[in-house]
Amino acid sequence: MDEDSDTRKINSSFLRDHNYATEADIISTVEFNSSGELLATGDKGGRVVVFQREQESKSQPQRRGEYNVYSTFQSHEPEFDYLKSLEIEEKINKIKWLPQQNAAYFLLSTNDKTVKLWKISERDKRPEGYNLKDEDGRIRDPSTITSLRVPVLQPMDLMVEATARRVFSNAHTYHINSISVNSDLQTFISTDDLRVNLWNLEITDRSFNIVDIKPANMEELTEVITSAEFHPQQCHTFAYSSSKGSIRLCDMREAALCDKHCKYFEEPEDPSTRSFFSEIISSISDVKFSHNGRYLMTRDYLTVKVWDLQMENKPLETYQVHDYLRGKLCSLYENDCIFDKFECVWNGSDSVIMTGSYNNFFRMFDRNTKRDVTLEASRENSKPRAILKPRKVCVGGKRRKDEISVDSLDFSKKILHTTWHPHENIIAVAATNNLYIFQDKVN
Amino acid sequence: MKIHNSRTQRGGIKLHKNLLVSYVLRNARQVYIKEKYAEIYRMQQYEEVMTVCNEIQELNPLDLDAEDAEEERAACCGEDFQRGKEQEPAYYRSCCMEAPSPCDQLSVNINTHCNTTTVLDLDTHVVTTVDNGYIHQDCCCDTFQCAPSAQSSAKKRKMDFSYCTSDFDELQDFTTTRKRLRREDCLYSCQEFTETSNISTLISIFGSGFSGLLSRQADLEQICSKQALAGLGAWTRAIVAF
Repeated sequence: MDEDSDTRKINSSFLRDHNYATEADIISTVEFNSSGELLATGDKGGRVVVFQREQESKSQPQRRGEYNVYSTFQSHEPEFDYLKSLEIEEKINKIKWLPQQNAAYFLLSTNDKTVKLWKISERDKRPEGYNLKDEDGRIRDPSTITSLRVPVLQPMDLMVEATARRVFSNAHTYHINSISVNSDLQTFISTDDLRVNLWNLEITDRSFNIVDIKPANMEELTEVITSAEFHPQQCHTFAYSSSKGSIRLCDMREAALCDKHCKYFEEPEDPSTRSFFSEIISSISDVKFSHNGRYLMTRDYLTVKVWDLQMENKPLETYQVHDYLRGKLCSLYENDCIFDKFECVWNGSDSVIMTGSYNNFFRMFDRNTKRDVTLEASRENSKPRAILKPRKVCVGGKRRKDEISVDSLDFSKKILHTTWHPHENIIAVAATNNLYIFQDKVN
Repeated sequence: MKIHNSRTQRGGIKLHKNLLVSYVLRNARQVYIKEKYAEIYRMQQYEEVMTVCNEIQELNPLDLDAEDAEEERAACCGEDFQRGKEQEPAYYRSCCMEAPSPCDQLSVNINTHCNTTTVLDLDTHVVTTVDNGYIHQDCCCDTFQCAPSAQSSAKKRKMDFSYCTSDFDELQDFTTTRKRLRREDCLYSCQEFTETSNISTLISIFGSGFSGLLSRQADLEQICSKQALAGLGAWTRAIVAF
């Protein structure tokens, strides 16, 4: 699987080409929309940058569908909770697109506490010829008006504007970790550590709590919810993952409160690999339904697992992402890397899965051929239109040329967020404050 | 430290991360408690053995018929077994003057003053040798990487009979058990245990914020009885309840 690296390091308009990363510019989420035409990124500073794919032109066939900045807006601002004396971070945790229903685009973006619905629309005409104000907007003196005219729409330079259409707030005591739009396109869920809330996209002052795992006594707490997602076709089904490494599938038709799951996916722990950090590395950081709705994929610290929805007692497939880290868990605990939450993603046909790792590496696993590849997202190693070279981490013994030893991995360079175009082999990979977009080789 | 720092982080306390950190602390504490009580138990066993040995010395000074000596020892060992509960490890006592042969059962030389006693723990394959009040420990089993039994003399002096009554916060205990931790086949494959002393410090500072975690791991509960836990000192809450 060769990848032509159309390696545009697309910096947002706020960035300059520095070697260090400003904290606010660190990308915290990436998401293609359902057609793949748009790509949204959210960062720690609360900004959303939307890229649009260029129309393919016959005159320049080699510039096939590159992504350019389409819109930039400030989605969330830092807030302060006066009651708890806590600052609420503006970092965008998740962005989810709504399928396009008219000329405008809609997306949901969320920080720790508040979900917002944004409308992104184009304006290429403006009205001219007002009676009461002149072209600069100054109010005209009515006594000077001698005749009336009808304003007409005149073309103007394309302007893309983003407006906040809904604000869904005050429903979460804990930090929101995920949002998911229902296939009915009317509702969505927002999930924090202990609760899942169901919203209607039109109603902002009310939400329904459908899962609540908060114990009566917080001292009894043993697990938290780490992610939740609606089934891609069944509007009554959703799944949520927990910090204990289990996934629960719930049916909203059974009861108003979905505390009782209808399926429970968990793999028994292998006692031979037990360690101090077993609980941490078994915590699931991301859960994703396959596009066809038959499988679930989960990511924990060292592995990616594919589950068949019909088989609850063990995963269908398990892929080792970076098993060489198993012996380094102590140091990774000390530098907090063991708490990193990696995401995972399916390709459009559900045949390949992808997830990130350290040293700006990301891994792809082909489910059919069982082949896997490690690639690197970095400026030095990628030239535009060059083919990405597979990387290898040397575990022990003699290190071959071009291999990297485990000890020289850079743990500050981590790829937590990746996304795959819904139909084509185009991927977007966020490496700290840089966004890399890779496309399949053009034949 | 992580839990403490998270209180001042932007965005407030992260519940998930702190829950995971408390799991690590719980695991570390369980290992620590298990080792500590195993050690205390071994010391108690050793004391009993030493007491019997001293009694034998009083009864049989210097010259003795070897057969009678063996009978005495068999009786002693038999008593050891009978006194023991079901789960106690079997101990073989051997009194010898010079280099102990740990795998020998009942090897005896009581013609000399018994100032060296060797105890072999069959479960963990730890050999404890007390020489004039100093404790050596070694592993006779080939399959394990034996930590060198030669510890610094300074350490030896501190490991006297007051060992079992030492303070909970005594880091010495934990660093010496660190070598035994490596040989613990049941649990932890973690190679780097340099932070164990930090963990033990953490355990003493932070309390069991999540009592739900304590109720897990029924096998360790047999050792960590509720009285034992209560006796370990005051615990403070790690997590502020919402």
